[in-house]
Amino acid sequence: MSPLRRLLRTPEAVAGAIILAALIAMALSASLLFPGDPQAIAGSALLPPFQDWSLPLGTDRLGRNVLAELFHGARTSLAVGLAAAAAALAIGAVIGTLAGFAGGLADEVLMRITDAFQTVPGFLLALAFVSVVGPSLGIVVIAIALGTWPGPARIARAEILSIRERDYVASARAIGMHPLEIAFREVLPNALPPVLAMSSVIVAAAILTEAALSFLGLGDPNRVTWGGMISEGRAVLRTAPFLSIIPGLALVLTVLGVYLAGEGIAETTAVRRGLS
Amino acid sequence: MTAFASIRDLTVTYRRDSGEVAALKTISLDIMAGERLAVIGESGSGKSTLALAIAGLLPASARIDGRIDWFLRPSSTLGAKAPPLSGRTEGGVTELQPFKSEIGKIPLGGRDIGFIFQDPSASLDPVMTVGKQIAEVARAHLDLTWPQAYAKAKTLFERVRLPDPDSALRAFPHQLSGGQKQRVAIAAAIAAGPKLLIADEATSALDTIVQAEIVALIRRLVAEDGMTLLFVSHDIALAAELADRIAVFRHGELVELGTTAQIVSVPTQAYTRALLDAHIGLDAEPLLNRPRLDA
Amino acid sequence: MTRALILLRRRLVGSIFVLLIVVIGTFLLLEAAPGDAIDAYIVSTGGDAGMIELLRHRWGLDQSELTRLANYLWALLHLDLGQSVTFSRPIRDVILERLPNTLLLMGSATALSFGLGSALGIYAGAKPGSFRDRFLSIGSLALYAVPGFWLGLVLIVVFAVDLRWLPIGGIETLASDKIGLDRAADIATHLVLPVAALGFIYLALYLRMMRAGMAEVWRQDFVLAARAKGLSRRRIVLAHVARNALLPLVTMLGLQSAQMLGGSVVIESVFSVPGLGRLAQEAVAARDTPLLLGIILASAVLVIVINFLVDIAYAFLDPRVGAGEAGA
Repeated sequence: MSPLRRLLRTPEAVAGAIILAALIAMALSASLLFPGDPQAIAGSALLPPFQDWSLPLGTDRLGRNVLAELFHGARTSLAVGLAAAAAALAIGAVIGTLAGFAGGLADEVLMRITDAFQTVPGFLLALAFVSVVGPSLGIVVIAIALGTWPGPARIARAEILSIRERDYVASARAIGMHPLEIAFREVLPNALPPVLAMSSVIVAAAILTEAALSFLGLGDPNRVTWGGMISEGRAVLRTAPFLSIIPGLALVLTVLGVYLAGEGIAETTAVRRGLS
Repeated sequence: MTAFASIRDLTVTYRRDSGEVAALKTISLDIMAGERLAVIGESGSGKSTLALAIAGLLPASARIDGRIDWFLRPSSTLGAKAPPLSGRTEGGVTELQPFKSEIGKIPLGGRDIGFIFQDPSASLDPVMTVGKQIAEVARAHLDLTWPQAYAKAKTLFERVRLPDPDSALRAFPHQLSGGQKQRVAIAAAIAAGPKLLIADEATSALDTIVQAEIVALIRRLVAEDGMTLLFVSHDIALAAELADRIAVFRHGELVELGTTAQIVSVPTQAYTRALLDAHIGLDAEPLLNRPRLDA
Repeated sequence: MTRALILLRRRLVGSIFVLLIVVIGTFLLLEAAPGDAIDAYIVSTGGDAGMIELLRHRWGLDQSELTRLANYLWALLHLDLGQSVTFSRPIRDVILERLPNTLLLMGSATALSFGLGSALGIYAGAKPGSFRDRFLSIGSLALYAVPGFWLGLVLIVVFAVDLRWLPIGGIETLASDKIGLDRAADIATHLVLPVAALGFIYLALYLRMMRAGMAEVWRQDFVLAARAKGLSRRRIVLAHVARNALLPLVTMLGLQSAQMLGGSVVIESVFSVPGLGRLAQEAVAARDTPLLLGIILASAVLVIVINFLVDIAYAFLDPRVGAGEAGA
């Protein structure tokens, strides 16, 4: 069986893959299908969905095309989610590797720092960081990663601690490799799988955090975000609840897709390990 | 002697990723009332599967064919009868209460069958006091209140010779030694006064001295309560010390069955001989006349 | 309870270092913020250059960074978080005033999510692989994907706008002069929707953890032993399987406290609950960085305290904790 076919064995994983594929298609085709500024006025304000087929999901209170915003928002959500998760995993893997491999005082200090980052609510930290530095896509990515890296760091450290005593590490030492070289070339690659196994949860959390930041008005003001759309719709919640509900549904589906695909991957790797 | 349980054509198959594995192949065997029957074999011989099948503890994924018929006397000590579980009624001995069951369903777990597992560290709940783990058995089967059940647990702890039974009641498993834990597990197994005691490798996780103590304890309890004993072990010497009869298993099949004297002195099967040789060389005498330790 | 004490002492030492790191971190963020408290103050009140100089000097802002860090630490030791420009009051007082509402919201949401989540998890995990197990598993995953603030808006649309069953926001009816039980009932009605919005995600989390934990425990020998003892299925599930599977959930309770505090920022904003989270949002909106950092410090302390409590609870639930050290 090919890895892909094995991945798609459970109905949950298939559903996750379909959702993610649709989302990626939305993000990639946003500029093609809806060229120009999605924040431009496209029609009369507060047009309900399914009334005018040139504006299938209607318009918001400024007359902007909701469907176009949804497509462009998919881009932001995916980009921020993936970038923040990648940054968090990278920081976590590096810190965890250093702590686990160095041991002693360095380990102690790094782990206390990790504790400190886990003690401060991640969302508050992100909020403070964005509000101090100013909202832009890159800052939002860093802000989310700041609150997310401790989890992967702990897992990477635990894994490194169990790996560093193994034979191939000892032989690398014996041939006189530099400790850092051993840590990052011999040990880290072997410690990565359990760290990467967290990625679906981290991507999902990053997407949700980005949405919450945008909802509070701390997203990149030049980009359409689903959280921002929900926040916009909130002003007319009584008369046009669909403006908040539609982007929210998109968020739920996206995060669900990430979880389902993640579970599918976890199951596949578990099966593969079980067979070997 | 009359049969206590009669096993006919018992086949147990486990489903694995790679297909089906037969753990037991058409086993027929009678367990006599009041006897001490040892089941010996190497790992993978199916001996533990047999013990679990008799106790009705096989996992749901196991496929079970064949039957076990039980012949339980109308219960006088406990005042309760085993409810018949399934239909077929041919055979049976008239003055006994014939009890027939499809395999996989036992008459009464805990009350009619006490089960001792291999590793007492794993078979006791780590976060429940050992006193409660005994008391819950007494409560479930003897219709006692909690205080009565705890009193019963204390008596049982005295019977299995746990030092300081009062404080032992409140101890957690991690506070006891391996031997003490196995004594607790034995107390739990006999708490409701079962007719049949199954010991599945009950001593193999313990060191030699403790092992001898536990064997002596089991022998004493079985004698005092008139229980039938099914002693599952990989150790033929240990089995010979304790059992009236020995059944030798290999690859899921019953290789040889006979009295302990027969099996030890005149084994008919090459495999049995090999097992004996591995233990005692060519001379079987020391095995039969080893000094016995009493609990 | 000596085991708990040993744990607490070890935890306390670690916590001091952690807090110190948090303090230094917040100080650095404060330094990085463009403009300082004076700028914000001047913007809101107006004033000339001479006054700015005077204020800078009075608040010690013209000294070196290390001196200021030392001053900051010294003030913190006296529980002085500084002055909020927006509220023209000590930050500590503002935080203490808002804290009870957040504790009430978090406590209720934790009770809801932990109670209902673990109960449903036991229900699902009692029969692994059954229909109800799969249904609850998928359902909880879907629920886990719902952003709390959006769920809050949906709940408002349904229960406050359409059905008019519950108030749309706030912590109690303003100027209603309610006292005693009436007031408690009033607050409770106001809390229903925010608690649901904050708690449902964690409900899904605890359900999934309980279910997964039970699946693990079912495979243990002592469960087989419990079956061999002839215990009722109900007793096996509750007294042995669920009891053991509960332990990781309790640990999670501590780990999630920081997360939940973060989540309450958005939920409090959605429902206009005057708590710590909404205060953080107000601080961001008013560019009151010292207040925001004060909130972060207070949150860190709160999280540490919650983890203390969780540790004690865990030591009571798991007799093995600290046993090795106490014996040694």
